[in-house]
Amino acid sequence: MAPISTRIFSTPKPIAAPLGFTAALERLAWMAGSLLALAVLWQLIAVYVQNKYLPTPITVFDVLWRESASGDLWINTSATLARVAVAFVVSMFIGTAIGLALGRFKTADKFFDAWLILFLNLPALVTITLCYIWFGLTDIAAITAVALNKIPNVAVNMREGARSLSKDLDEMAKIYKFGWWKTLRHVTLPQLAPFFAASARSGLSLVWKIVLVVEAFGRSSGVGYRLSIAFQEFDVSTILAYALAFILIVQAIEFLLLQPLQARVSAWRR
Amino acid sequence: MASLNVANGKIDVAGGAPISVSVHRKVFPPVGDRAAQLVLKDISFEVAPRSFLVITGPSGCGKSTLLNIMAGLDRDYDGSVDLGPARDRLAFIFQTPRLLPWRTVYENISLALPDGDPRQSRIAAMLERVGLGQAMNAYPERLSLGMQRRAALARGFILEPEILLMDEPFVSLDEQTAQSLRDLLLELWHSHPTTVIFVTHDRTEAIQLGTRILRLAPGKASVVQDVTIDLTEAQRHDRAAVLAEQNRIFAA
Repeated sequence: MAPISTRIFSTPKPIAAPLGFTAALERLAWMAGSLLALAVLWQLIAVYVQNKYLPTPITVFDVLWRESASGDLWINTSATLARVAVAFVVSMFIGTAIGLALGRFKTADKFFDAWLILFLNLPALVTITLCYIWFGLTDIAAITAVALNKIPNVAVNMREGARSLSKDLDEMAKIYKFGWWKTLRHVTLPQLAPFFAASARSGLSLVWKIVLVVEAFGRSSGVGYRLSIAFQEFDVSTILAYALAFILIVQAIEFLLLQPLQARVSAWRR
Repeated sequence: MASLNVANGKIDVAGGAPISVSVHRKVFPPVGDRAAQLVLKDISFEVAPRSFLVITGPSGCGKSTLLNIMAGLDRDYDGSVDLGPARDRLAFIFQTPRLLPWRTVYENISLALPDGDPRQSRIAAMLERVGLGQAMNAYPERLSLGMQRRAALARGFILEPEILLMDEPFVSLDEQTAQSLRDLLLELWHSHPTTVIFVTHDRTEAIQLGTRILRLAPGKASVVQDVTIDLTEAQRHDRAAVLAEQNRIFAA
């Protein structure tokens, strides 16, 4: 048995049934209302303190508009997005392969469990610094650093998935002569899908955040780079404007891509 | 598969060699504090083609293990199992339905057949026959256990198997549902005679279904009784006749 410390992920729970139209509308109204309240609160505090380091929401939107019109916002966000995409795909792929292998082969699991604990607890800042020192200030180094941070999480999650594969269904597939392709496609992958989806969703948010740090440290493009410049200039409006754009994009990916995907693969659940 | 004549989509079941099973020793390895356990010892029998053999005995007597050995799912034993050419046409109906929850009932049946197989065209009729005509496109978890078991029966019979292994397929159902499934099984079996090996701990079920009963006993790890049941179809549905036969056999 592996030590408790790496068992941080429990079996992902199925997502809630899709909301009805009215319920969805109600949820949306609540969200909009609460965000509006936050903006109003922010505006009031900003007007009250009258400090250039706490701009009003209106100023922030203004900066957002300006950055967008000049094209800087799009150049930086797309650079970041590209890094996120590559780092995400690489870490999902490698992490899944490692996780499945560990879930399948007990000896390998016993041996590599200590490595996993080590990498899980390695601070992102350390991997980033080391990658830049060893591989230079390049995109390869940046993506390697992000992947090294994410791979252990994916591996731990997918290892749980591999361990929970049903022996019963495997026997059934054998009796009814599914062959390896049908077994993989109809028996194995659907069982791993919830674990993969959980890794993907937690992975995306983690990768995003680390990519920004990597960019702030050693790249000359991307949202992270822009934020580090803004920091040097104590330009809080730009920092908040980029943060806002960033949140919107991540949420768009979540709602338009990940959630529909997950709903589709779990349509069979009651 | 190649050795079977599947012209016109019908299998040639005219011939058929008996199945021969011979298990000298089957031991469960020690787990944790539990010592190794001898489950089966010197069991040897033949099964006539298209007969309905019931293996019965209390739980823990090794009957499911014996079935798994026959199915080739358990290869860790001393002995040999010869299913003859029929081995390529084997279906297994498990104690739990073992349907893929993420595939519809129809897809579950369809997956048991090779793509493009002529039997694919008979799935809908088979599902109608087992009473799942309305539930073809439902996901298994939306169905009752009884209906899931009907689907498992359909998956077994769509293969038109030469050998059908069944491991307590009607356990944990209410008596009425279990009875209707037993009737369905007999009906399917009469229209597609195949060699059935049926494991159950339920003595009444054993007598209602079987043409022959093998009884295993836990301590002995071996066959303690091997009898032929000679009831007519009507008698199998007559409680008194079944009970009388039950007393005759199990009193021994």
